[in-house]
Amino acid sequence: MQVGVGLPTGVPGTHGQLVIEWAQRADEGPFSSLGVIDRLAYDSYEPLIALAVAAGVTRRVKLATTIVIGLLHNTAMLAKMSATLDTISNGRLVLGLAAGAREEDYIAAGVDYRARGKRLSEQLAALRSLWEDDRLRPAAARPHGPPILVGGLSDSGFARMARYTDGYVHGGGPPRAFARAADKVFAAWSDAGRPGRPQLWAQGYFALGDDEVIEKGRRYMRDYYAFTGPFAERIAAGLLTTPQAIAQFIRGYEDAGCDELVLFPTVSDLAQLDRLAGVLHGLGRRLS
Amino acid sequence: MKIVIIGAGPAGLYAGLLIKKAHPSYDISIIERNPAEVTYGWGVVFSDRTLASFQRADYKTYEQIRDHFVIWNDIDTRYRGETIRCGGHVIASISRKLLLNILQRRCAELGISLTFGREIFGLSELGAYDLLIAADGINSIVRKAYESIFKPSIELGKARYIWLGANKVLDAFTFIFRENEHGLFQVHAYPFSGTTSTFIVECDEATWLSAGLDQADEAQSLAFCQRLLARDLNGAQLLSNNSKWINFATLKTQHWHHQNIVLLGDAAHTAHFSIGSGTKLAMEDAIALAGALEEHSDLETALNEYELERKPVVETFQRAAQESQTYFETLKRYLGLEPMQFTFQLLTRSGRITYDDLRLRDIHFVEAVDRWFMYRASTSIETKGPYYDYQPMVVPPTVAQGNIAPPPAFAPVQLRDLIIPNRLVFAHATHKASAYYPLEDGMLSEDYANQLGSLALAGAGLVITDFVAVSAGGRITPDCPGMYDASHESAWHWMICFFHGNTFAKLALQLNHAGRRGSTRSRAEGLDRPLRDGNWPLLSASSLPYTPQSQVPEAMDRDDMEQVRDDFVRAAQMAGEAGIDMLQLCMGHGYLLASFLSPLTNKRTDEYGGDLQHRMRYPLEVFDAVRAVWPQGKPISVALSITDGVKGGFMIEDAIIVAKTLKERGCDIIQVLAGQTTMDGEPAYGRGFLTALSDRVRNEAGIPTMVAGYLTSSNEVNTILAAGRADLCLIDSPYLNDTAWITPTNIDLKHYLLSLIEAGQLERQVEEHGW
Repeated sequence: MQVGVGLPTGVPGTHGQLVIEWAQRADEGPFSSLGVIDRLAYDSYEPLIALAVAAGVTRRVKLATTIVIGLLHNTAMLAKMSATLDTISNGRLVLGLAAGAREEDYIAAGVDYRARGKRLSEQLAALRSLWEDDRLRPAAARPHGPPILVGGLSDSGFARMARYTDGYVHGGGPPRAFARAADKVFAAWSDAGRPGRPQLWAQGYFALGDDEVIEKGRRYMRDYYAFTGPFAERIAAGLLTTPQAIAQFIRGYEDAGCDELVLFPTVSDLAQLDRLAGVLHGLGRRLS
Repeated sequence: MKIVIIGAGPAGLYAGLLIKKAHPSYDISIIERNPAEVTYGWGVVFSDRTLASFQRADYKTYEQIRDHFVIWNDIDTRYRGETIRCGGHVIASISRKLLLNILQRRCAELGISLTFGREIFGLSELGAYDLLIAADGINSIVRKAYESIFKPSIELGKARYIWLGANKVLDAFTFIFRENEHGLFQVHAYPFSGTTSTFIVECDEATWLSAGLDQADEAQSLAFCQRLLARDLNGAQLLSNNSKWINFATLKTQHWHHQNIVLLGDAAHTAHFSIGSGTKLAMEDAIALAGALEEHSDLETALNEYELERKPVVETFQRAAQESQTYFETLKRYLGLEPMQFTFQLLTRSGRITYDDLRLRDIHFVEAVDRWFMYRASTSIETKGPYYDYQPMVVPPTVAQGNIAPPPAFAPVQLRDLIIPNRLVFAHATHKASAYYPLEDGMLSEDYANQLGSLALAGAGLVITDFVAVSAGGRITPDCPGMYDASHESAWHWMICFFHGNTFAKLALQLNHAGRRGSTRSRAEGLDRPLRDGNWPLLSASSLPYTPQSQVPEAMDRDDMEQVRDDFVRAAQMAGEAGIDMLQLCMGHGYLLASFLSPLTNKRTDEYGGDLQHRMRYPLEVFDAVRAVWPQGKPISVALSITDGVKGGFMIEDAIIVAKTLKERGCDIIQVLAGQTTMDGEPAYGRGFLTALSDRVRNEAGIPTMVAGYLTSSNEVNTILAAGRADLCLIDSPYLNDTAWITPTNIDLKHYLLSLIEAGQLERQVEEHGW
């Protein structure tokens, strides 16, 4: 399993320059990827533009959306933007898509919130064909386009994953929950008769530092997940705040068959990146 | 804080005393409509884990409960004149009356006000309170007062049951199955004191009516059960306590709290008595509620916390209870099973207990199951002819002597003359053209041949191929392997030679016509994506495309139907010539033959459309024609989508009819599939997602089944086989599908075959093993 780090683009008030420095520093290792998350009606940077900026100052890391709310975009436009990003970054894009769970984002975009699953399927069906469409060049850096991952926990979501995409991106939670989702991924993949093995991605949140830093991280989590009602507190309680917690989390995901785990900051401060790098070095993880 | 609790059952009393213990200053009153000494029911059961939580919650009542327990380890199954015992299940029970006495005394001691004999008709009678706890059972008046907020739903079970006692001491939890002229009665019986046991008698509605129990009063019902269970009671008397025949009501409630009102125990949820968890869940609710109130000073947060903690736990138990309830309601289908398998099926019914769990609990029981399974498997095998020369079919002396037998996965099975040496089927490999030699026209690729060889060498009893097209037009993708050209026949001929010469595995060729799912790109690029160019025309039952992007197929006319049937026949003949062991015809996953079966995809108005009898006509014609040319001694399997998973589609009841019909016409085994008939009917994926469907087809249609469904462990396989839910299991492993797994040290089939040819040994192998 490889370990990546999230850009702080989803933390309100993050300075633009910090995003650039963060990407540069992460490229030096030991991280394998840079992740971004997507909200519209929230104080956050647009994920594909943020990754484009990151592409310009990095050479090595994969650039992953975990996830982009695909339906907020026109599909041809999304295909064009992701092909551009893939080409400019020399084939480093991993395009994670999901329907998203916040109605307010759809309202803000003026997009219908109903029947999202069905429309996401249509979007996934169209993406690869759009990448092959000569009128929409540039083509993506790779013959079949960048790998597509899909997120979500509904029964039909796993069938959708197996039918159209290259793998699954898990939304978060303890390794046990991931292992259950991974079973569903493999069951759906095998039932669809797809060759090879689906890619499994997952994410977690961390805040490393003194009590003040940790509380700041928790406050962000509560705010970001406020839409889940009473669960926000639970999610905030799952924040990784010690090297031991991070080590166990990594171990748990690795044992459950995860291919790439992206750890997201909850406090936008370069010290967070340095501390996480320190923890990974301590675990013997080097630039790969 | 003033707390009012309605209902002095175990949940209400326990919640009251736990809250009062943590907050002595709270004013807590409990109101019960019945007099103090009146109680219904007999014994209640708890697991050791529940007892441990009682110990932590309140040691004083725990001590008294513990002192009055009856604890036992064994579960007896009495069925067809045999009693089979399985040990290692720590279960404790106590008289419900005694439990209530203990809790009442403790409440009084802590200064809780208890009012008996007062029925509440409306919440306005209660006066002011800061928190109202509704522990007033399934008919909770509190829940009913806010029905639109709590959103309860009640579902009545199909079976009738009556809760009786008996002055008889049992030494085990006892399941009794008794058949008489009216039907089947099942009894759940367990001891709960030094003198008395609970006897719950259950039967289906038809049996109940036939026995005239709808007309029987309490005494007559008692007398009926007394006669029914005379042998089991052995002179002891059954006892009634206002007992009535009822249908079990399962209650689910969407929300458990509203403002300062909270639901507890049976007022919020019930779970079928056969998993014995009603009182346990109610008392655990009380522990969680008291804990949340202690931890959070804010009432809303505390009630939220309580609901969040308990709801998932309760839902898990309700799912298991649902499985168990369905099992007892549909038990008739298992009456063909022998006592050992019947007992194993019963013990593993809820899906929570597996072969390995039982092995840990009672190794002697599981060893007896292994011996029984191996004995049945080996003694049912007849050796015929020189071709099937594998000889494990003599009952191993260790089994005959009642000693050791391997687990069920390693028992052989015979289909016609074919002996499959174990129950493990590998079928996961997907055909891909080699990167260096892209193949066309249905030729078997070298990569894939290597994969199949590796699967055989990995110890499979049976290997099933990926879909093999019966014609070029029947391929799914351009690199789909086929069986319609002499070159294909010789390629498969080599393959089977390798199997028979080097492994004990058998090979089943899966014949398919892609129908409206044909002419697509490699499955590596996603499913059902039409080719960029070079598409070929498609056929289907009706002219409906598979996806909005798919090519529109042509509805088959009579000529097309004859042509495709002849293609299947030719492929079967070639497979016979090549020496393949077994055929599988694909009638699932929305391919051509499946498109006739489902009303969603068959809109024909001729004699091949309409009701099921007409829709299955063409697939049966193809089956009959193939069976006629396929060697008598060799088996045919059919892969069938048991359900479309879409309203108005092909359903399990249809599948059972099709399976029975196929069996009559000489089909030997069904591979159970689900969904993929259309784009929207996908199963709820997860471990073992096809097992329940396989169980129904096997035990209702009476035909052997093969099942996949992401089975990866010996535990899952042994549980399925021992319980009679399937006869063969397809094993899934991410590694089996990974060409990187096949290293040069495993097998290089081509070089191996070339070396055989060069050494002149191929002919010798042919002579020895035949094709």
